[in-house]
Amino acid sequence: MRTEVPPAPVVAPVAAAGAPRRHRNALRGAAGVLIALAVWELVPRVGLVRSADLPPVSSVLRVLAREAGTGAYWTAIGQTVYAWLLGLALAAGAAITLGFALALVPRVRAFTTSTVEFLRPIPSVALIPLAVLVYGTGLGSSLLLVVYAAFWQIYVQVLAGVADIDPVADETARSYRFSRWGRIRHVVWPSALPFVLTGVRLGAAVALILAVTAELVIGAPGLGLAIAVARSGTEPALVYALVLTTGVLGVLVNVGVRAGERRLLRWHASVRREVPV
Amino acid sequence: MARVGAAGGAGVRVLRWFLLPLVLIGVWWAASAGGTNFYLPTPGAVLRAVGPTWTPATLRADVLPSVARLLAGFTVAGLVGVAAGVAIGLSPALRAYTEPVLEFLRAIPPPVLVPVVMLFAGIDNTMKVTVIVFGCVWPVLLNTIEGVRAVDPVLGEVCRAYRISGWTRLRTLVLRGASPQIMTGLRQALAIAIILMVISEMFAASSGLGFTIVQFQRGYAIPEMWTGIVLLGLLGVALAGLFGLGERVVLRWYFGLRRSGRGAP
Repeated sequence: MRTEVPPAPVVAPVAAAGAPRRHRNALRGAAGVLIALAVWELVPRVGLVRSADLPPVSSVLRVLAREAGTGAYWTAIGQTVYAWLLGLALAAGAAITLGFALALVPRVRAFTTSTVEFLRPIPSVALIPLAVLVYGTGLGSSLLLVVYAAFWQIYVQVLAGVADIDPVADETARSYRFSRWGRIRHVVWPSALPFVLTGVRLGAAVALILAVTAELVIGAPGLGLAIAVARSGTEPALVYALVLTTGVLGVLVNVGVRAGERRLLRWHASVRREVPV
Repeated sequence: MARVGAAGGAGVRVLRWFLLPLVLIGVWWAASAGGTNFYLPTPGAVLRAVGPTWTPATLRADVLPSVARLLAGFTVAGLVGVAAGVAIGLSPALRAYTEPVLEFLRAIPPPVLVPVVMLFAGIDNTMKVTVIVFGCVWPVLLNTIEGVRAVDPVLGEVCRAYRISGWTRLRTLVLRGASPQIMTGLRQALAIAIILMVISEMFAASSGLGFTIVQFQRGYAIPEMWTGIVLLGLLGVALAGLFGLGERVVLRWYFGLRRSGRGAP
């Protein structure tokens, strides 16, 4: 079973170089963004590609600004975020409950390995036809795909986390006669939490992909459906504006999940920095 | 992963492997036997539909092109991602310039690229391979950058002291050192490649595995649709299994290192 190990403790290597280098890198990053935007603007303007295929960035941003003034745009974003968040929460709840329950009874868990190893690599898009038949174009279709895809990411990490408990801590808790529940609460849970959160971070990215996929292919309401509709329209700039929106959403998801992870793991060695002397 | 439970006999091992799958298939059979649910055929009905649905001819016409496109896109994305990732990873300046743009491009959910690439490349093979390349390249690229950055600086000094440079340095230090991260990126890319293969065919195609499954669903050919879902699942399992084998060969040194590290006092 393949797992991602949470980041090992690191000492910030740039502490000595400090602010000037960070400053310069931020400037370079901004320059990189400007260069990319300039290329995007110029390539269709000088005729390297037809502007019907790739409209210049200025017209895409104009369309984006226009859309941002409409309610439909924000409703679509809200629908996508809702499907993503609900799906992720369901997957995380199921994966954590099942993972903890099974990890604590290794004998039973041994019987599930073959099934897990078989079900995990099944691409969740294989379920698209089933989702259409059972749930039509509603929220249920999105949720089925999102939950299936995100569940395995989190579940595998939960199992790895529970297997990673420090035996000394566990035996200490036993010799102090912690109850089973007390051991779960005070030993297993904090040890496994970094793994669980890594799983949630991976699952969050996958969940967004599948939420948009369900909308795009099945026609569940949201940003993906808006893109599918815009594609058959006559305004290519709108397609690009919506694609940009999904990108911004993706960045926000990544940044948000990382921030949450840092907050919940403030006590953990990978987040806690050495106190500067 | 820790070994679980006491070492049982061969019988127990076989039971462990097959008990739960058999129970699940049994539950499926029991749930579908009444024939009350139109969407859930019995396993027997699905099995009977396999023969007529997936003849050698349809396999050649629908499954083979899909898999070929997937492998082509995955290979191109892997080569481009590793090459660009090594270049960016070795140059701090280049990394500073490109980082925000790459982070943004990676954050775009790959399936939305299907309509965009269709604007350029129509709906033929080029489009589907391009979509797969565009979607798969980011995890490979970003993981390669991280891997190259994290190469042991002491080994870098050793290379300098022994005047190892150029191609040898690249092959024995940089690529070797970054290979665990590169494989992580490739594994993520493979999962995305399968998704994009299916979606690009569901969106616009006249052949291919994704297209065929959607046709069955639209025609309410339920057992046939289920055979398609199972086939797609088997394809995913087979590709993941092959990748795992390849990974074990490429990263043999790394797994050995970790094991010995764990065993050391």
